[in-house]
Amino acid sequence: MKDIPMVGGNMIDFRKEFFADERPEVLNEIGKPTRRQDITGHVTGRSPFYDDHQFEGLLHMRCLRSPHHAARIRRIDSTAAEKMPGVVRIVTGRDVPRNLNTLLSLLDFGIDDEPIIATDRTRYRGEAVVAVIARTDREARDAAAAIRVDWEVLPHVLDVEEAVKPGAPAVLDIYPNNKFAYHGKYDHQKLRFGDAETAFAQADHVIEGRYQMSPIEQAPIETCGAIAAPEQDGRYVCYTSTQALFFSLGTAAKVLDLPSSRLHFIGGTVGGGFGGKVDSIHEPMAILGAILTGRPVKFMWDREEEMQVGAPRGAELWYVKDAVMRDGRIIGRKFTGYFDSGAYTRLSSYAIIKGVGHLPGPYTIPNVHADVYCVYTNRTPATAMRGFGITGVDFAIEAHMDKVADTLGMNPIELRLRNAYRDGDMKAHRRLAKNCALIECCQVVAEKAGVKLSPELAALSSTKGGGGDRAQMPAFTRTDENGRVEGYKPWSYARKDGAKRDPIPPGMAPPPQQPAPTYQASRPPSPSWGGDGGGGQTQSGGSAPPASPPPNPPAAPARPGAMRFSSLSGFRRR
Amino acid sequence: MAMKPVTFTLNGLAKAAFTEDGQNLLDFLRRGVGDMAPKYGCGQGGCGACTVLLDGVPHLSCLTLAETVEGRRVDTASGLAGATISPLQEAFMDRFAAQCGYCTPGMLMAATALLAKNPRPNRDEVIEAISGNICRCTGYEPIIAAILDVAEGRVGA
Repeated sequence: MKDIPMVGGNMIDFRKEFFADERPEVLNEIGKPTRRQDITGHVTGRSPFYDDHQFEGLLHMRCLRSPHHAARIRRIDSTAAEKMPGVVRIVTGRDVPRNLNTLLSLLDFGIDDEPIIATDRTRYRGEAVVAVIARTDREARDAAAAIRVDWEVLPHVLDVEEAVKPGAPAVLDIYPNNKFAYHGKYDHQKLRFGDAETAFAQADHVIEGRYQMSPIEQAPIETCGAIAAPEQDGRYVCYTSTQALFFSLGTAAKVLDLPSSRLHFIGGTVGGGFGGKVDSIHEPMAILGAILTGRPVKFMWDREEEMQVGAPRGAELWYVKDAVMRDGRIIGRKFTGYFDSGAYTRLSSYAIIKGVGHLPGPYTIPNVHADVYCVYTNRTPATAMRGFGITGVDFAIEAHMDKVADTLGMNPIELRLRNAYRDGDMKAHRRLAKNCALIECCQVVAEKAGVKLSPELAALSSTKGGGGDRAQMPAFTRTDENGRVEGYKPWSYARKDGAKRDPIPPGMAPPPQQPAPTYQASRPPSPSWGGDGGGGQTQSGGSAPPASPPPNPPAAPARPGAMRFSSLSGFRRR
Repeated sequence: MAMKPVTFTLNGLAKAAFTEDGQNLLDFLRRGVGDMAPKYGCGQGGCGACTVLLDGVPHLSCLTLAETVEGRRVDTASGLAGATISPLQEAFMDRFAAQCGYCTPGMLMAATALLAKNPRPNRDEVIEAISGNICRCTGYEPIIAAILDVAEGRVGA
């Protein structure tokens, strides 16, 4: 292949002077143009997207959807639709074997809260109420439009702060205050590290800000969908746009109450995903259609559905409050966050755990306090998108850093350099920072932006000056019982009492003490999920779902110097 | 539902197939004829993923009635490669001008029409030619660069 320069000038700037001693010069691919392994299919139009599979006698499924944000379904009358040309089957929620699911239940995370097809109530505009299977797409649309629903419109709430006020309409009965229950204990994800209140009392400046991010539609050019068809021996093949094939397989098996051995999933060719093709709705719908009709069935969103019904990146609202010293040191940071989950949980509860683990951003701040709420509203349920759980709060943090710099009259790059984490620093989620490179990035940004750094700032390095006192856990962490909830099973994430399975598999119980702050390669890292594993003294964020196994102990590096750049396994420079 | 025969040329070969009342060309090509290169993205003429050439001119097949191609020449991305990949396809491969690949068949047809009419377009003309085609992941710059590679004779050089 020809050596082609990067598009648009020098878009990638390799700064090999940084961390040169940690990196062998064995970059065989990086920095050189390469061909995708699937590109021949793409340029010949032969890459097999789910909708490119042909089936004789393919039927089409379309849904009648709720025109209301919140409503009770009094009666569904589909008698006229049943008699319309081409109609093969009307499908309601009663046809779904197990018509209640929450996506992360496969990880023992969360309470089943969402029907595949609504039966008695709808909680967002566009929620599916009835599905029609017909010979053509147009016949399915016409019949769906002929179904009459007797609605009782209910009060709705579309704003997170309205939703958490007393007396707001409850979106889901199992979360009467419109807040997910974390660890079975609190109505928010709590992070306590040090004592932010004392920091505010000691600070030269206390700087507050409010930041908001709208929902964002992933908008893939290929709309979400699946085609399912009966195969031999009671199996069903399913071609799908999913980004999460085995996740969709597990969800379909659960919802349809079928062993997964009867489901043959084919995917992997995705016409743009960006995180929005993980909700596992189309596969169970299409397979259900194939089961009910004995024919191949396609369930595919049109563009309007993709935009209205397709789950976006959820809206977020953040309050950030910083305790700042005159020299630019941030000594305390407090967050109150509201993550708009929409009408159902899907992945939002987990996104917040991830987001809270990320706090207070890439800065070493000795006192951090966060209460982050997963809030239910009557908006389209939210789901994953690039940087899931992190993007909204990062926007808030960085916008706030600029505000702090502005208040101090300090260059924003300098403020970041003064607070940037360094290798060996203790982070608020009680792990040591490693492989930091923020200082170096800021130095390059300053250079490119023509900002002259003082010799002191220009000499900073991520590998120098971290650890030591900065590696210590706070001497005192202020804790509280705010937001305590009852009626959920402890040790788990919002499991109701009476859950049949023991949520803690043998050997997986959280450690009795806080996880050790240091990371040692000679043994597996201590799981940091705690439930109340810290004896009620601390609640650390940033933990993995409880039932997932601890990461494997890292293997020895393949060669010296490979550490920083072998990050996929989570094993990097210590 | 009434069926109507349509005779046309698809990628240089004579074709005959039946169309249903009101069927659009995209659905007709995909389900009726089996050419899966044109893609459904919006069904409203907004994204360009379904772009095909009618007598050499780019058209949105989702907004074209199938029966109107009677006697006409239809070209899709399926016909771009003969025994070998075409220079335009080669340039898309070299330039990483396709990520998910879903908008690619439409992009290729828009570019093919441009290069047939104007073999040496400048950057502005390339941008104008693909302005009806939405790409959500590759980014437009590699696509523009690939088309300019063909225009400026850099492919296979």
